[in-house]
Amino acid sequence: MIHFDRFVLSNGLRVLVHQDNSTPMAVVNVLYDVGARDEEFSRTGFAHLFEHLMFGGSVNIPVYDEPLQVAGGENNAYTTNDLTNYYCQLPAENLETAFWLESDRMLSLAFSEKSLDVQRKVVSEEFKEHYLNKPYGDAWMHMREMAYTTHPYRWMTIGKELSHIEQAKLEDVKRFFFKHYTPVNAILVVAGNVYKDQVRALAEKWFGDIPPGTRYQRNLPAEPPQVKPRRMELTADVPLDAFYKTWHMSARMDDRYYAADLVTDMLGGGGSSRLYQSLVKEKQLFSNIDCYHYGSLDPGLLVIEGKLVKGVHIRDAEVAVEAELEKMKTTLVDEKELQKVKNKTESIMAFEDMSVMNRAGSLAFYELLGDAQLMNTELGQYRKVTAEDILSECQEVFRPENSNTLYYLSNPEKEGKA
Amino acid sequence: MTEKTLLNRKIAPRIKDAVDFNLELKPCERYTLDNGVEVYAIHAGAEEVLQLEWVFYAGNSYEKKDGIAAATSFLLKNGTTSKSAFEINEQFDYYGAYLNRNCYNETANIIFHGLTKHLEALLPLVQELVTDASFPTEELAIYQQNMKQRLTVNLKKCDVVANRLIDEYLYGKHHPYGKNNTHETYDGLDLDSIKSFYDRYYRHGHVKIFVAGYLPVNLFALLNKYFGQLPFASAPEPEPEHPRDPALEKKQRVINDPTGVQGAIRLARPFPSRHHPDFKKVQVLNTLLGGFFGSRLMDNIREDKGYTYGIYSYLQNHLKDGAWVISTEAGREVCEATIGEVYAELKRLREGFIEDDELLMVKNYLMGTILGDLDGPFQIIGRWKNLVLNGLDESYFYDSVRTIQKITGPELNTLAQQYLVDDAFYELVVV
Repeated sequence: MIHFDRFVLSNGLRVLVHQDNSTPMAVVNVLYDVGARDEEFSRTGFAHLFEHLMFGGSVNIPVYDEPLQVAGGENNAYTTNDLTNYYCQLPAENLETAFWLESDRMLSLAFSEKSLDVQRKVVSEEFKEHYLNKPYGDAWMHMREMAYTTHPYRWMTIGKELSHIEQAKLEDVKRFFFKHYTPVNAILVVAGNVYKDQVRALAEKWFGDIPPGTRYQRNLPAEPPQVKPRRMELTADVPLDAFYKTWHMSARMDDRYYAADLVTDMLGGGGSSRLYQSLVKEKQLFSNIDCYHYGSLDPGLLVIEGKLVKGVHIRDAEVAVEAELEKMKTTLVDEKELQKVKNKTESIMAFEDMSVMNRAGSLAFYELLGDAQLMNTELGQYRKVTAEDILSECQEVFRPENSNTLYYLSNPEKEGKA
Repeated sequence: MTEKTLLNRKIAPRIKDAVDFNLELKPCERYTLDNGVEVYAIHAGAEEVLQLEWVFYAGNSYEKKDGIAAATSFLLKNGTTSKSAFEINEQFDYYGAYLNRNCYNETANIIFHGLTKHLEALLPLVQELVTDASFPTEELAIYQQNMKQRLTVNLKKCDVVANRLIDEYLYGKHHPYGKNNTHETYDGLDLDSIKSFYDRYYRHGHVKIFVAGYLPVNLFALLNKYFGQLPFASAPEPEPEHPRDPALEKKQRVINDPTGVQGAIRLARPFPSRHHPDFKKVQVLNTLLGGFFGSRLMDNIREDKGYTYGIYSYLQNHLKDGAWVISTEAGREVCEATIGEVYAELKRLREGFIEDDELLMVKNYLMGTILGDLDGPFQIIGRWKNLVLNGLDESYFYDSVRTIQKITGPELNTLAQQYLVDDAFYELVVV
């Protein structure tokens, strides 16, 4: 049970406090309700580029990292398709330093040309490192474009193409900042060796006078239901054929989400999962296979992906995957298997909650979902899932017309031996 | 709000310098099982989970044939006389537990993570794995096939190739720290070698146990029941001698992918183990050079030039011998410029005055991260394990802290003049 207090400043900033005096540290986590899904299709990658710029100095403080490090702290941030999250951890005695830094960059950035220029290059290198210079690195760009015709999950957080990042202008940066980086669009979580009254006083002092901004009204085009299977085949200089298949699934806050989450564990979670046992160990069609989903806030994708054993025809591999899914769609799972994936979920949650930093991040995330208390009640949602729920979820998700299949094939002329 | 003094946001709040903190390493409980196996335990943490690690002296330093130690480590979970790999996995999975194994140079571990309430149900199975693993033929064949495939994919990545090569240059291809598995290594694996390695280094090997988290009251009795009666060796076997055989040519350029858009850059020099008197001081110098986000390398090469997404330096954590490594991936066209900047930073550390402010930042950062790192039970036992395996005690920890607190700029300059010499470094770019 994670205890927390919650209050809202007059400018609309939501503040959560999680007190844990067993640690000498404090964590300050600021979540902004903006992600890659909020970008324009012609300026993708911007939310993530912007995250980099948040470290390039704010209106009153020339650099962010240095004073934090002087105070014995460290920090990082990440951007997803749904949100942007910044977190730092420092000795609790120096908590106010984090308030000073975080509030100043919520107030306003320095908007320096130099910082934009450098971070454009840094992000371009990040793009190359993770998506261009790795075998199969572009698979998800293709898959997203196939699976989403309309919704902005169509592109990855790094962006659709390098040129969008290279063309970012300081004007875009300013507009984005004042639209999204405001108290009404943010959630502040302070956790660790801290006290509610202390946090309230510091929050009032440092964040209280920041203009509230306008609540961002998200109005994204919904992805229309898919009515026909989609397929794509591409050939590249990779050593092995790879198989990717996705199905549209429910949004994070849908009641059906929990069953879908457990389905991915039955199929792809660990050494006793169905796909691994059947297709890697028994039939030896794949050298590795995974099943997972993105847990995205809008309707997301359930994924099966794997690399084929050399010499196996990809069509045969797909047929074998479908045969496993057919079992899920026609036969009730037994109680033992269902209990197994529920136990695993309980265990993962307990491990995640070990660190104060994770607890702070989770509180911010659940608050964004609508209620931080969900952090304490979600396990109950999983426990309620029945074998019948699993069956009907599989029947709903694993429909052929709901699927997107990508064959990522090895170029036979360039790749000889495995 | 009554009288509000105008907030001056340009002035930083007062801080307590982390360098003045009084850091304490939580003491570790020690037990000895009936057969002499040492157990180190940290009871801490609010969540009812634990981590239990068996460290065997079964790393690749002991193997007579390449790849045997790693294959034994991987396969010991894939079947016993009475259970298939699936049945073993299913039992751990059923209880939401994880059982992983890793093979290093001197040691190889088996590491359990799970809910404390399920520990008792699973310990007999771990016991079975370390006494009765059966190494089925089929499992070896699958392992060979899949590891070869994985290797083929990994060898397409410039960073993987660079990591392999730099270790070969530093130690030689036949040294445990320098050798890399190839397709031929996997083809050459055989069950007889694996089974005899298992018998000697696991079943009759030397093991130490490290456990942390929310510990059950009967932990010692449980460990004694399942592991205290087994025929483990009282001490590790002496390792065969492995002399270094470093490459003669220090500057290397390798083309792995003619169309690659980035190069993996590694600069590395040999550096002694943590028993060397300079090791603790050099850890501070390394932090300043490239050990954290505010380091000089990061500040210059990422935050000023934008050549890379990240650049780091680190001291390898081997038990016997080591190296000091600088590592980054940079745009193909700026690789040589990046190397030039690295050397410029080495020179600046040798010759330039180190400002008090910068040094204080490094010290505070280091102390703050140690404070944060001493927070969770798994981190605390990790520090203890490192001390125990290196044959050190807590005085090493406290000496390290004092070193951070006391070291001066001129001392760092002197160390830089001694170690950060351009000619001492291997220099590698893999495109």
